Amino acid sequence: MTDGTEPGFIELAEVAKAFQVRRKAGRLRRSRHEVRAVDGISFTVGRGEMVGYIGPNGAGKSTTIKMLTGILVPSSGRIRVAGIDPSRERTRLARRMGVVFGQRTTLWWDLPLRDSYELVRRMYRVPYDTYRKNLDRCVELLDLGPLLATPVRQLSLGQRMRGDIAAALLHDPEVLYLDEPTIGLDVISKARVRDFLREVNASLGTTVLLTTHDLTDIEQLCRRVMVIDHGRLVYDGGLAGLHEVGESERTLVVDLAREMAPIEGVPGARTVKVEGPRQWLAFPASQSAAPVVAAVAERWPLVDLSVREPDIEDVIARMYTGRAE
Amino acid sequence: MAESFGRAASVRHGVRAYLLIVAMWVRSTLTYRASFVIMAVGNAAGSGLEFVAILLMFSHIDALGGFGLPEVALLYGASATALGLADLLLGNVERLGSRVRDGTLDVLLVRPAPVYVQVAADRFALRRIGRPLQALAVLGWALTRVQVDWTPGRVVLVVAMLLSGAAIFGAIFTLGAAFQFVAQDAAQVQNSFTYGGNAMLQYPPTVFSRELVRGATFVIPLAFVNWLPALRLLGRDDPLGLPGWVDFLGPVVAAVMCGGAALAWRAGLRGYRSTGS
Amino acid sequence: MFWHRTAGGGAVGGAVALYAAVARGGFRRYATYRTATAAGVFTNTVFGCLIAYTFQALWHERPHLGGYDQAQALTFVWVGQALLATVALTMGGGFHEEMQERIRSGDIAVDLYRPADLQLWWLAADLGRAGFQLLGRGVLPMVAGALLFDLALPASPLLWAAFLASVALAVTVSFALRYLVALSGFWLLDSSGVAVLSGLAAMFFSGTLLPLRVFPGTFGEVVRMLPWSSAHQVPADVLLGRYPGLGLLGALAFQAGWAAVLLAAGRLLQAAATRKVVVQGG
Repeated sequence: MTDGTEPGFIELAEVAKAFQVRRKAGRLRRSRHEVRAVDGISFTVGRGEMVGYIGPNGAGKSTTIKMLTGILVPSSGRIRVAGIDPSRERTRLARRMGVVFGQRTTLWWDLPLRDSYELVRRMYRVPYDTYRKNLDRCVELLDLGPLLATPVRQLSLGQRMRGDIAAALLHDPEVLYLDEPTIGLDVISKARVRDFLREVNASLGTTVLLTTHDLTDIEQLCRRVMVIDHGRLVYDGGLAGLHEVGESERTLVVDLAREMAPIEGVPGARTVKVEGPRQWLAFPASQSAAPVVAAVAERWPLVDLSVREPDIEDVIARMYTGRAE
Repeated sequence: MAESFGRAASVRHGVRAYLLIVAMWVRSTLTYRASFVIMAVGNAAGSGLEFVAILLMFSHIDALGGFGLPEVALLYGASATALGLADLLLGNVERLGSRVRDGTLDVLLVRPAPVYVQVAADRFALRRIGRPLQALAVLGWALTRVQVDWTPGRVVLVVAMLLSGAAIFGAIFTLGAAFQFVAQDAAQVQNSFTYGGNAMLQYPPTVFSRELVRGATFVIPLAFVNWLPALRLLGRDDPLGLPGWVDFLGPVVAAVMCGGAALAWRAGLRGYRSTGS
Repeated sequence: MFWHRTAGGGAVGGAVALYAAVARGGFRRYATYRTATAAGVFTNTVFGCLIAYTFQALWHERPHLGGYDQAQALTFVWVGQALLATVALTMGGGFHEEMQERIRSGDIAVDLYRPADLQLWWLAADLGRAGFQLLGRGVLPMVAGALLFDLALPASPLLWAAFLASVALAVTVSFALRYLVALSGFWLLDSSGVAVLSGLAAMFFSGTLLPLRVFPGTFGEVVRMLPWSSAHQVPADVLLGRYPGLGLLGALAFQAGWAAVLLAAGRLLQAAATRKVVVQGG
C-alpha cells in the first residue's frame, strides 16, 4: 500500500530492541540484565534517498540494520520497508533488497566469483537479460573482469568488497543496505566504491542506507545523516546542521608580530592554543568571524590570519562525549 | 486450501533452492577430481573399516548375541545406509553452531530462501556418498545370504526401512542443530545419537542391556531405523516383546520425528532472531 | 595462534621457559571451551557404553580373546574413550587443522621465519592441549565407565605412573604423525584428503575399533609394530599390566622410538618445505 510513491519507503516508528545479557556474578552465578541496543527509534527514508547512519561502536547501528533486513525481530515498534514488515516476510523482502556486510562476505567462500553470481541469479530468479545488464555494468564500473574466475577466499579485502557490492545489486534491489562498506579498504578502493555507490543511487534511484566509521563516506555520498548513540537517534538532518547541534567551533588562527601572552577579552572567543607568535582562538561556528577578527586587529599587532572550518570528526566526537556525560 | 497451496509452493521453492546450491557445489567439487575421488574412497573406507572390525570379530566367533554374520551385516548395512544418506543430504546442518558464532548465519537470513535449506545445502559434500554406497554393497551382500522368503511386501519393508531410517537420522541431525542455537559448542552431542546410534544399531539388540534397548525404542526411537523392521524380516522376536504391528511403524515414527525436528528448528531460529545470538 | 615473545632468550633456560609458556597457553586455550568439553565427555561416555556392550557380548562368546578377560577388555574400551580427545589422532580438534589452514593461506611463511622452532612450538602447544583434554575429557568418561561396568583398574601407583608416561609418549607420536600430515599441505593443493586417510589409519591401527591383539596372525603382528599402536593399544596394555618387569620399559621405549623417528622425519620434511617457500616465495 505504501509502495512506490509515498516518501516513507523505509519507516520506523518507536522501534526498540532489547537483549538479555548474562553476566558473571561470582564464580558460578550469573545475573541477567537487559540491554536496550535500540531504544525507541523513529525515522523515515524516502525512495531514492542516500542516507548515512553513524554512531560509535555498540550504539545500535548494526542492530538497526539487522531489524531492517529482517534478521532480527524488534522487541517493540513498527518497521515497514516498501510496505513490508521485514521480520514477518523476510524472504519476500529479500528479493527487493541488497545487503553488504563489510565484515563478512555474502558470497560463497570457495566458489569463483562468477559461480557465486550465477547462484545469486538463480536464487533471486533474475531474468537473464537483467542479470547480464547488471553484471556488465558492475564488472565495468567496479573493474571485476579479471576477478570473475577467482574463488572468493583468494580475493583481497578491497576486491571482495567490490565483488560483494556487485552481488547485492544483480537483482535490481530497490534498497541497498551497506554495513561498513569501506572498512579496511585502501584509499583507491574506497574511492572506487564511493563512485560506484553514487552512480547507482543517481542513475537507478536505488535507496541507500549505509553505516560507516569513515566520515568521508558520509561527506562524499550523503546529503542526509542520522546519528545514533546509546540506542537513540540524536541527530537526523543535513551534514551542515550537524555543526550547530554538535556545538562545533571554528578556529581563528592569528600570527602576531611577536610572542605575547594569550589573547583575552575578545567577545565570544577564547584562546585555545599558543605557539610562539601564533595563537588559536575558538568561537561558535554559528557566529560570524568578522567581529572576532576586528576585535583582535584593534588591540593586537596582527600580521596574518586564517579561519579554519570545524572538522566533522571533532563534531561527532563531541556529540558522543556530550551525551555520554 | 489457500494455505495448503502456499505451503506446497514454499516447499517447492525450498527444494528448488536446495538443488540449486547443491548443484553448484557438486560442479565446483568436480573441478578437483583427484581430490574428490580420494575423499569419496576415504569416506567409504571409513565406514568400511567398521565392517572390517565386525569381520575380524567373526573370525573368532560364529554368532554375536545369537546373530550370525549375514544377519549382523544386514543390520550394519541398513543402519549405515540410512545414516549415510542423512549425512550426505543434511549433515551440514551440524555446522550451525559455528555459523552462529562467526555471524555467517546473518548472511543466510538476507537471502530469499529458507535458512534451513541453505544451511543444509551449503558446502554440500558429494564425497559423503562413499559411505551409503559402501553400506549398500554390504546390505546387498547380506540380503542374498540371509534366510528370507521374499515377497513384494518384504521388498517394500526393506525400502521403507532405509528411507524412514534416513529420515530419523536426518531429524536427529536437525534436532542437534536446533540445540546449537542454544549451545553453540555442542555439535558433538548429536554425534552420540547419529554416529553413536549407528555404532549401536550395527549390532543386534540382544547385545545391549534391556534399558538401553528400551531407551532406543521409546525415548530416541533409533530402533525403528533397522532393528524392528530387520527383526521382522529375519523372523525373529524383538527383545522387548512388543506387538507385531510396531515393526511397521518406521515411517510413522520418522514423520513424527521430522515434525518435532521442524518445530525445534523453528523455535531455535525464532530465538536467534529475537536475541541475535 | 598466539605468538609470545620472551625477552632476550638464547639461553636454554629461556627456551624452556618459552615452550613452557606455549604449553600453558595451549592448555588454557582449550580450557575456555566449556560447552564443547561437556559435550565431548557426554559423547565419549555414550560411545564407551555402546562399545563396552558389544565387547561384553564378544568376550562372552570367546572369554580370554586376545589374552584379555572381560574386565580387561572393558577397561581397554574406556581407556580408548578417555584418550580419544587427548591423543586426537582419529578425530579432528588438534593443532594440525590450524596449521593446515596457515599453510593454505600462506601465513606459514611468517611462522618459518620466527625466532622459535616451528616444530617445538607446535609440539609444546599440542602437549598443553593434551594435558587439558586428559583432565577435562579423560577423567569423567573413565569414572563413568568404572561405575557402569566392572573394570580391571590396577592398584599399583607404578602402573599408573607408567601409564601417564605412556600417554605423554602417545601424544608425542600422534603429534609427529599429524605434523607430517599438515606439512603435506606444502606439496598438495588440499591436504584434507591426507588428513582423512590418516584419521582412518589411526582409527583402525590404534586398536580403537578392536584391540590389536585380536587381529589374527602375521597381520596382527605387523599391525602391533606400527606407530599407531602407540596411541591406544600400548597405553592400555601398560595400564592393564600386560608388560611385566622390564617389558614396561620396552613398551615405553617402543613408543619413544617411534616418536623420535617420526619427529625426525617431520624435521626433514619441514626443511624441505622451508626451501620450497624460499624458492617459490610461498
